[in-house]
Amino acid sequence: MSELLKQYEAVTGPEVIEQLRQLAQPLAGARVVHVNSTRAGGGVAEILHKLVPLMQELGIDVSWEIIQGDAPFYQCTKGFHNALQGTPVHIGEQLLREYERTNAENAERLRPSLEEADVVFIHDPQPAPLLGLCPDRKGKWIWRCHIDMSHPYRQVWRYLRPHVLDYDASIFSMAAFSQPLPHVQYLIPPSIDPLSEKNMDLDADEVAEVCERFELDAGRPMVLQVSRFDRFKDPVGVIEAYRLAKRFSPGLQLVLAGGGASDDPEGEAVLQEARDAAADDADIRILLLPSDAHRTINALQRSADIVLQKSLREGFGLTVTEALWKGKPVVGGDAGGIVLQVVNHYTGFLVSTPEGAALRIQYLLQHEFSRRRMGENAREFVRQNYLLTRQLREYLTVILAVRHNDESRIDIA
Amino acid sequence: MANYDNADRVEFRVRDCALAAIGTGYRARDMRELRYQLLTIPADCLYYHFWGTRLRPRFGSPEYINDFAEWASNGLHDTPLAERVGVLDPTNYDSLGELRSDLIDVIDERLDEVTVAPWARADRRFEFVRGELVLFNTNHRLHRPADLAEVLPHLTTGSVYYHVIDARGRTEEGHDDFSVWLEGYGEEYAELILRIREVNPYFLALDRLRDEFARICNTYFEDA
Repeated sequence: MSELLKQYEAVTGPEVIEQLRQLAQPLAGARVVHVNSTRAGGGVAEILHKLVPLMQELGIDVSWEIIQGDAPFYQCTKGFHNALQGTPVHIGEQLLREYERTNAENAERLRPSLEEADVVFIHDPQPAPLLGLCPDRKGKWIWRCHIDMSHPYRQVWRYLRPHVLDYDASIFSMAAFSQPLPHVQYLIPPSIDPLSEKNMDLDADEVAEVCERFELDAGRPMVLQVSRFDRFKDPVGVIEAYRLAKRFSPGLQLVLAGGGASDDPEGEAVLQEARDAAADDADIRILLLPSDAHRTINALQRSADIVLQKSLREGFGLTVTEALWKGKPVVGGDAGGIVLQVVNHYTGFLVSTPEGAALRIQYLLQHEFSRRRMGENAREFVRQNYLLTRQLREYLTVILAVRHNDESRIDIA
Repeated sequence: MANYDNADRVEFRVRDCALAAIGTGYRARDMRELRYQLLTIPADCLYYHFWGTRLRPRFGSPEYINDFAEWASNGLHDTPLAERVGVLDPTNYDSLGELRSDLIDVIDERLDEVTVAPWARADRRFEFVRGELVLFNTNHRLHRPADLAEVLPHLTTGSVYYHVIDARGRTEEGHDDFSVWLEGYGEEYAELILRIREVNPYFLALDRLRDEFARICNTYFEDA
């Protein structure tokens, strides 16, 4: 067994790795291509950085391609992202033509590899038109949508839907996100990699050093939200919740840590809104971190007493998974995939308002035993359900299923 | 799974399984829509929401076991409906068609009682899902009945689901694989078979079900 698989086995147990081997066996040598729009920043890129090597270890011929665009393309796809998550966004004809032109250009470059592949995973709306631009495709194509599409802005979805209709299957993170489409829709939550720099165990010294670097007082309670500076993550609402909770816990500190993604042009404006809301409060740290600051984020999550993810809309919320894996209770917005992970009184609390978040922060700060118990539950919950190996098992299942025309059971034996 | 065709004393190969969830696009926002959708949804959706949920992550003992009762309680906030649907035991039905029919009757009865059909928040719709079972091999083998006591405590919940829940649809009489395997030994293990079949698999979580089967086998072989 390779060193990489041994490392996963140490975390997940041997049965999990054995299942992956069994699933991968009939796929040995199959050519699989993943396509998305960024190699850095955001949950999709993070997952692919780990998923691709792990699939390769299992004998599958996997590659990862990026579509390249310029500012108008990303402006358009950011509009799609917001609209699919429910915000009424008008996207002008010019931007739509830019979207189509960018995909056509990328298709010229990627067509040979995509048309020859046995299975193609297209991630999110950015590269969705590639299917229509590869008319001689031989394999099965799967659209993997990571977005909370429970209430899409219809005008934009009407435009995008024809681009995804002809896929052989799609994958959504939750049943509520699935849409009327003429193909099978698998429901697969994403996952975290326990071996990555963001999730691996760290020495106490390293955690202390990070706290020191950002002038955090380890002797006082700290709440943390890690997310991109995006309105759906509600950073201003987090600051409101902190201010309310601070009335009861005057020593409370707040860290808002995040970075930008190369495909997100709105980040700067939201960051400024958060800075304005924080004003001159010395106990609020707003940290704009580079996309590779994984160990720093890991250390911040480990040093927090409570982790917040007060999103108003959320695809899945991998930052929630990361915090739970580190044994931290999470106070999360009652939205999207957060509800799959935050189980009231077991792994944290779901909230709908800054006031609700403040109440739960206060409760957890006052009840150390509950905080610890929830933290223990949280880690085990993630170990069993939200690690990369589980997601890979489900992806391999989908590959086998689409190649076997969606039979109701797949017997690996 | 044992090879039942060739001999009466065969090795039992323990399998494991995982359930891939598949969205159907069918959903319900209120009690009437739930009833309407239940008329037409594929039978495997019904199976998933009564049985497949066993493989989903959960904490503690849920108040209601099937998804319809859980939604009636937490989505519609209609406790009488939740209680009536929650008590429906699929092991009492010979077919999913009969279960579907009774479930619709229960909803009709409740609709007759209420002035306005209870409805759920837009983000608390009932989403109909079906499952696709993926089967794996394991290294566990049973060579003789006494091995049950040793192996059962170590089974994954996936193995329990496959050999106890899924087996009900695969085996001729709708029993679990373990007791069907024991039948291959003739009358010798009739008492153990009876004890195993007395366990109702619906009202126990998979880990509890495993523990109960293990306890029964352990007691039986200790006494023997």
